[in-house]
Amino acid sequence: MSSGLYSMNNKSGSQQLNLKKLKPYGDTMNDGRVQLSFTLPVPCNDEAIEAAKQLMRKMGFENPQVVFYKELTQGFTFFNCYGESTHTVDYTAIHVPKVQTELMTMEETDAFIRTHIGRPLVVIGASTGTDAHTVGIDAIMNMKGYAGHYGLERYEMFEAYNLGSQVSNEDFIAKAIELNADALLVSQTVTQKDVHIKNMVQLVELLEAENLRHKVVLVCGGPRITHELAKELGYDAGFGMNSYADNVASYLAKEMDRRVNG
Amino acid sequence: MKSKLGLDFTKVAEAKKIARSIAANVQDFIKDYSTVASERTLCRLLGIDGVNIDDVPYPNVVVDYLREKNVLEQGVLFWLGHGMASTGLSPQQLAEKIANESFDITTIEIQRSENFLAALQPHIDKAVQRIRANRKKREDFIANIGEGNKPYIYVIVATGNIYEDVVQAQAAAKQGADIIAVIRSTGQSLLDYVPYGATTEGFGGTFATQENFRIMRKALDEVGEQEGRYIRLCNYCSGLCMPEIAAMGALEGLDVMLNDALYGILFRDINMQRTMIDQYFSRIINGFAGVIINTGEDNYLTTADAFEEAHTVLASDLINEQLALIAGIPEEQMGLGHAFEMDPQLENGFLYELAQAQMTREIFPKAPLKYMPPTKFMTGNIFRGQLQDALFNQVAIWTGQGIQLLGMMTEAIHTPFMSDRFLAIENAKYIFSNMKSIGDEMEFKENGLIRNRAKQVLDETLELLKKIDYEGLFTALEKGIFANVKRPKNGGKGLDGVFKKSKTYHNPFIHLMKGDTL
Repeated sequence: MSSGLYSMNNKSGSQQLNLKKLKPYGDTMNDGRVQLSFTLPVPCNDEAIEAAKQLMRKMGFENPQVVFYKELTQGFTFFNCYGESTHTVDYTAIHVPKVQTELMTMEETDAFIRTHIGRPLVVIGASTGTDAHTVGIDAIMNMKGYAGHYGLERYEMFEAYNLGSQVSNEDFIAKAIELNADALLVSQTVTQKDVHIKNMVQLVELLEAENLRHKVVLVCGGPRITHELAKELGYDAGFGMNSYADNVASYLAKEMDRRVNG
Repeated sequence: MKSKLGLDFTKVAEAKKIARSIAANVQDFIKDYSTVASERTLCRLLGIDGVNIDDVPYPNVVVDYLREKNVLEQGVLFWLGHGMASTGLSPQQLAEKIANESFDITTIEIQRSENFLAALQPHIDKAVQRIRANRKKREDFIANIGEGNKPYIYVIVATGNIYEDVVQAQAAAKQGADIIAVIRSTGQSLLDYVPYGATTEGFGGTFATQENFRIMRKALDEVGEQEGRYIRLCNYCSGLCMPEIAAMGALEGLDVMLNDALYGILFRDINMQRTMIDQYFSRIINGFAGVIINTGEDNYLTTADAFEEAHTVLASDLINEQLALIAGIPEEQMGLGHAFEMDPQLENGFLYELAQAQMTREIFPKAPLKYMPPTKFMTGNIFRGQLQDALFNQVAIWTGQGIQLLGMMTEAIHTPFMSDRFLAIENAKYIFSNMKSIGDEMEFKENGLIRNRAKQVLDETLELLKKIDYEGLFTALEKGIFANVKRPKNGGKGLDGVFKKSKTYHNPFIHLMKGDTL
């Protein structure tokens, strides 16, 4: 099983980066090396290991290696594996829809809003529906922010209201009307069985029913949210993993400018 | 015990005294009130179970009926007792009769009080005996077969399907888990009723129902016998059905309950009066059932900063301790909560975490402290996540924590895979064994970072407690002292379920269960 580790022979194939045929990188260009782990619902035996290897071949891996296995409980075996991907992708042909806004610092955003809009933007945010997770909305809104990115509350030109978690769409909209909000931020963390989709769509429908949809910038965010999904559901923008308050703030400033000043 | 931190125990005593005064003021309010949830709890203790044709649980049917008739302030036991005395029916039969709308219990003839009490007594005795028997069963199992060492390894299952949960729970127990917590479906805390029967659909968790409790209890007893180790079952006594779930858990032999006095107020926007009244009765039941309660201070640090707000955790632990003592919970059953939640980028963060964990240990020497893993700074980098969890496990074994809620490297990604749980347990067992006696060997340098950190947190706690005592807990909550969350006294969910008890109100369980020892 380890004979390949010490081989001096060059693997066949080019060691030049080819973006049209992109492959994973282990320690040599185009080696295609991938690590993965999974559990099979079978007892731990030779047949289980062979099953793991066969499965990896079907996933498109050459030279599947099972480097660790362990029966987690009777009838369930866990594997750590390595393999070489036979598949490639054409990186040059990829187009990912995303929020197209130049990132500004907090000071730049405040200055931009002061110059272009001339008043603070009212933003309300909440983790809506039954979702009890506040980490996401807190990271974007709370004064302290997250990982060194200050939240919207710290900005001079945002009047930010964090309504917390488990806010019903009806209450959320009522608050938006009360505060005359410019932008609504919806955070969704629990995505099991697509519970978030139903909730997010309902908000859009309610906003439309209240004739409010076009009057607000509607933004959603969460670890499983993409901009593409957001657009599909009728939102103006979506922010996924590794988005911070400055991403959202820059977007809101520019989008409001576009709406107000054309 | 000599403090390894050089803690000033006169300050600790002062802090406890102030916390006692804060709790006493809250209790002064609680004693005159009851809630719809507390009344439904009494229905359940009297054996009322099941649902009507519209799937409304009978305890809700009875309590809602009495509320509509504007006679709830006498309490359900008043009406059920008189109902039984005049009709000879059981509580369950009365509930079914009310549900069928064939019977107006409020028009029955009010009996002489000895008849009413005599009718209630056998049902009260039955509940008390059943809970006592469950407690004895647990104690016998532990005495005869054994249990895991502390820190108890606590893992969650959360498939949504109780039968799938059983598979996961038994696997986890075989891998070394001592406590299995069945996470509830998201949103259950806001339901003003407890769903009925075995459930196979949930979101981010599995509904807490009495039948689900029974199914999991049986599964854990089975695997416990195979493994030669008692496996504790944990659920959530929080939200709008706090005392009802305590009663269900006591009747089905649960061992650990999340049961915080403030959590629902802060994180579920449940009305503070409702929560305070409900936590009191729920804790009386948990205390009597031998259940270890867990408090939720760790959650403060998911919204507030773990370094800057450490004193709010200690202050809340102290208040939770005093409220629990009032409800008759012995210290040995107080899983007071705290957490390892500082930003991993913070220089010397490990030392500060160590200081706080040791400080909490010394301030609550008998409590099986519940130590919570990093969650806020788990990023999806599972490899670093495993390392963060390892540091957390080191602090736990070093400072003698009671209940170790294992961190999962896939925190913030998905509910744990079977393999995630395996890797987390392997991580904990490795460190608990490899570093077993480190706490006995190490002392902390005088005037060093660690001692100074503990002193600072204790000093800040004392200041905060004085402020809360001066203003009263309700006002402090309105001002956002905990977790930076502000809650109005008359806002939030569930206030309409609070009522003032009349002179004839009767709840003998409070007296029977408080301070009872086997």
